[in-house]
Amino acid sequence: MASIYAGLTTSHVPAIGAAIDLGKTRDAYWKPVFDGYDFTKHWIQQHQPEVVILVYNDHATAFSLEIIPTFALGCAEQFAPADEGWGPRPVPVVQGHAELAAHIAQSVILDEFDLTIVNKMDVDHGLTVPLSLVFGQPAAWPCRVIPLAVNVVQYPPPTGNRCFNFGRAIARAVASYPQPLRVMIWGTGGMSHQLQGPRAGLINQDFDNHFLDTIGPDPQALVRIQPLEYLREAGSEGIELVMWLIMRGALHERVQVLHRFYHVPASNTAVGHLLLDNQV
Amino acid sequence: MEEHHDYDDIPGTTVFDAERSRRGYHLNMFCMSLMKAENRAAFKADEAEFLKRFPMSAEQAEAVLKRDWNRMIELGGNIYFLAKVFSTDGKSFQYTAAQMTGMSQEQYAQMMLSGGRSPDGNRSKSEWKNRG
Repeated sequence: MASIYAGLTTSHVPAIGAAIDLGKTRDAYWKPVFDGYDFTKHWIQQHQPEVVILVYNDHATAFSLEIIPTFALGCAEQFAPADEGWGPRPVPVVQGHAELAAHIAQSVILDEFDLTIVNKMDVDHGLTVPLSLVFGQPAAWPCRVIPLAVNVVQYPPPTGNRCFNFGRAIARAVASYPQPLRVMIWGTGGMSHQLQGPRAGLINQDFDNHFLDTIGPDPQALVRIQPLEYLREAGSEGIELVMWLIMRGALHERVQVLHRFYHVPASNTAVGHLLLDNQV
Repeated sequence: MEEHHDYDDIPGTTVFDAERSRRGYHLNMFCMSLMKAENRAAFKADEAEFLKRFPMSAEQAEAVLKRDWNRMIELGGNIYFLAKVFSTDGKSFQYTAAQMTGMSQEQYAQMMLSGGRSPDGNRSKSEWKNRG
């Protein structure tokens, strides 16, 4: 039986990807950001996943305004890094796990989460920056990845409660997969940031730190946060944090926080990262 | 008729909801076209002519030509789509964010290094009434 042994959350700021690709990770501006991932980079070498279910959002790359799926599961054999307007990031092609993805799709739809199945999709920085942060710059990614794209571009995104319950359905799906597989789930995006309008640059460190402190021990407190509160407190783009709740919903009620990191700023955004052990 | 939404009270913020998405459809699809190198070249060669390929409003086209980001957002533009335009211009998110806030890029970068814009005083339009 497959099982989810750990969860991870991280921001997916595009400038972080650019810093990696341009060799700037030791620059004074960027070093504190990358130092915050050292623990996880070492830990994951000892605890390699076979598959990562990677919850992220597409940024007007694979999905324009023609089709806006709330939840889209990547069921393809592989996913190419997208050209976001300045050439694709120089990172490996993402290898999917089509069998597990198909199993998850079938399971969660019967569990009443009617997601969209995607059999052809390029993946943008939302998916590849977290992989780079955790795995560095390998010639090939060391595991398979199932992309789970969530609409957070056009309001409203799914509620935190819906995301949390969807995570639970994903956990049930993984647990019912007949082959043994070591699976991680990553929730990406956030933390507080606003990229648009005269209020751009908003960062709410109190909100972010509360979110980081609470998602492990008391996710139900976060599930109750309404869309308006995300927009007002965490910024118009900070509402991406609902994606972390999919990750959290897929873990057990009790988890152990193995690592916690918070830093301001990376470009326009607050960076938050957690590593959660699901085997306690 | 414009519906009123609770999020309309957040100052300096335009929530990209279904109505704005509908209004901004052609503007945003123009932005999306700049994902292709040949379209970027055609746009750079003659911006006004290229914009005629998309049935957007005259106001939207004018805002694009002027690079008036706040106006584009007001007219249904979404920041992740508008990013294709400033990337075509060779500009960064931080450059554009500074422009939208009326700050210099240096001032804006310094604000971010100092912890960003605080939510205090920036939660409700009522708090912005006394600003200039």
